[in-house]
Amino acid sequence: MAKKVIVQANLNDNDTEFLSEPRQSLLEVLRETLALTGTKEGCNDGNCGACTVMVDGRIVNSCLMLAVEAEGKKITTIEGIAQADKLHPLQQSFLEEAALQCGICTPGFIVAAKGLLDREPKADEHRVRHWLAGNLCRCTGYDKIIRAVLKAEKEL
Amino acid sequence: MAEKGAKARALAGGTDLLVQLRVKRYIVDRVVDVKHIAEMNELSYSDSKGLVLGAAVPCYRVYEDKHISAKYPGLYDSASLIGGIQIQTRAGIGGNLANAAPSADAIPSLIALGATANIAGPKGKRSVPVEHFCTGPGKSVLQDGELLVSMSIPPPQAKMGSTYIRFIPRNEMDIAVVGVGVSVVLNGNSIKSARIALASVGPTPIFATEAGNWLTGKAPTEDSVMQAAEAAKKAAKPITDMRGTIEQRIHLVGVLTKRSLLSAITRAKEAR
Ligand SMILES: Cc1cc2nc3c(=O)[nH]c(=O)nc-3n(C[C@H](O)[C@H](O)[C@H](O)COP(=O)(O)OP(=O)(O)OC[C@H]3O[C@@H](n4cnc5c(N)ncnc54)[C@H](O)[C@@H]3O)c2cc1C
Ligand code: FES
Ligand code: FES
Repeated sequence: MAKKVIVQANLNDNDTEFLSEPRQSLLEVLRETLALTGTKEGCNDGNCGACTVMVDGRIVNSCLMLAVEAEGKKITTIEGIAQADKLHPLQQSFLEEAALQCGICTPGFIVAAKGLLDREPKADEHRVRHWLAGNLCRCTGYDKIIRAVLKAEKEL
Repeated sequence: MAEKGAKARALAGGTDLLVQLRVKRYIVDRVVDVKHIAEMNELSYSDSKGLVLGAAVPCYRVYEDKHISAKYPGLYDSASLIGGIQIQTRAGIGGNLANAAPSADAIPSLIALGATANIAGPKGKRSVPVEHFCTGPGKSVLQDGELLVSMSIPPPQAKMGSTYIRFIPRNEMDIAVVGVGVSVVLNGNSIKSARIALASVGPTPIFATEAGNWLTGKAPTEDSVMQAAEAAKKAAKPITDMRGTIEQRIHLVGVLTKRSLLSAITRAKEAR
């Protein structure tokens, strides 16, 4: 086993230091070392989007990024989305629109949707569907998720 | 890289590499993050030199670049088709080429646009036309210790258009059953030159030279395009697998070659 490396990153607006083996994915370190289990593991190969986090404002699959690559970066996970004591409008609209069943895919969808709305607050349905094509859901059939994102846009 | 030889792999966006390491396709002692090398991040265009695209530049930088969408629309098409948005934050054209998959969506566009791969290694630097880069599924001319540094694409000629189209069973996020990348240069009412390249119909991406050359001097009409598409079908050497049969793939080469040529002709007419 290779020696662990110290990684310094800004995690959900806090400067953080953690130890990682060079081969560990960011997803593994988030969940196992940093106990941030809101980010989910689905496929572990880039197809499902359950592990989506933001790196310097852009969405990535944390299962396809090494934790050591987070050095000097700004990482936002689902735990960093809510504002102080209030849910983010996306989280609120997912609840109101019943856009989740088992919930495994939900953190990934919310982080991915935030990545879109931060950039394109008026994205239309077509754009939202295209943007979220890297996120899979086995339960809802997507329509409720898309509706929830479009509803959150109006509230932002 | 040089010291570890076959026991070292380059990491660009990692969207192929991390999966390959997990399934133990490569067993390595060292992974070198090439994103830390300045030349690998270069993206520059000039009318005299054309485009230099560093091997670690991710897809989103490619399709957000104004020069690329205006001058090399086929490359723009490829970059916006690879994976979903999460993948495009990390995956790049360089990784797509270095990975040398027969189904790679960027390689036909690179071939159609006349790109060269710039390589550096322990024995020095060399450049290889992209159509000679891949040697088999997942295999390329890169020797142990060698890195792909960048790709160079010559400046577009006047009245040049390019397009990449693929067929996949879903709307997005899938591996091409067939992909076709083309470029066309017009001269008044005739075709000055054309290049056609195919994905997923052989052990490597295929440069269909005869089909492209046949178009030289022809009128840019549906009729010429249909005949070139027939010639492209002859260049395809597909296999039957879970994604498609030989017959379906050859048929698709015809359909997609026709569609991509017509699109590239339209783009060429609009180009300066
Ligand atoms: C969910 C998902 C969807 C995908 N969809 C598509 C798709 O639609 N179309 C498509 O074509 N591909 C697709 N891919 C495959 C992959 O994303 C692309 O091939 C991508 O372009 C690879 O780029 P990368 O920067 O991530 O490469 P990496 O994974 O970093 O590298 C790829 C390979 O090339 C080697 N390498 C990388 N850089 C260099 C270098 N500079 N010198 C020498 N060797 C190097 C690596 O060691 C590795 O073996 C998909 C992958 C996933 C996980
Ligand atoms: S767990 Fe990362 S994409 Fe599925
Ligand atoms: S709610 Fe179960 S996978 Fe989406």
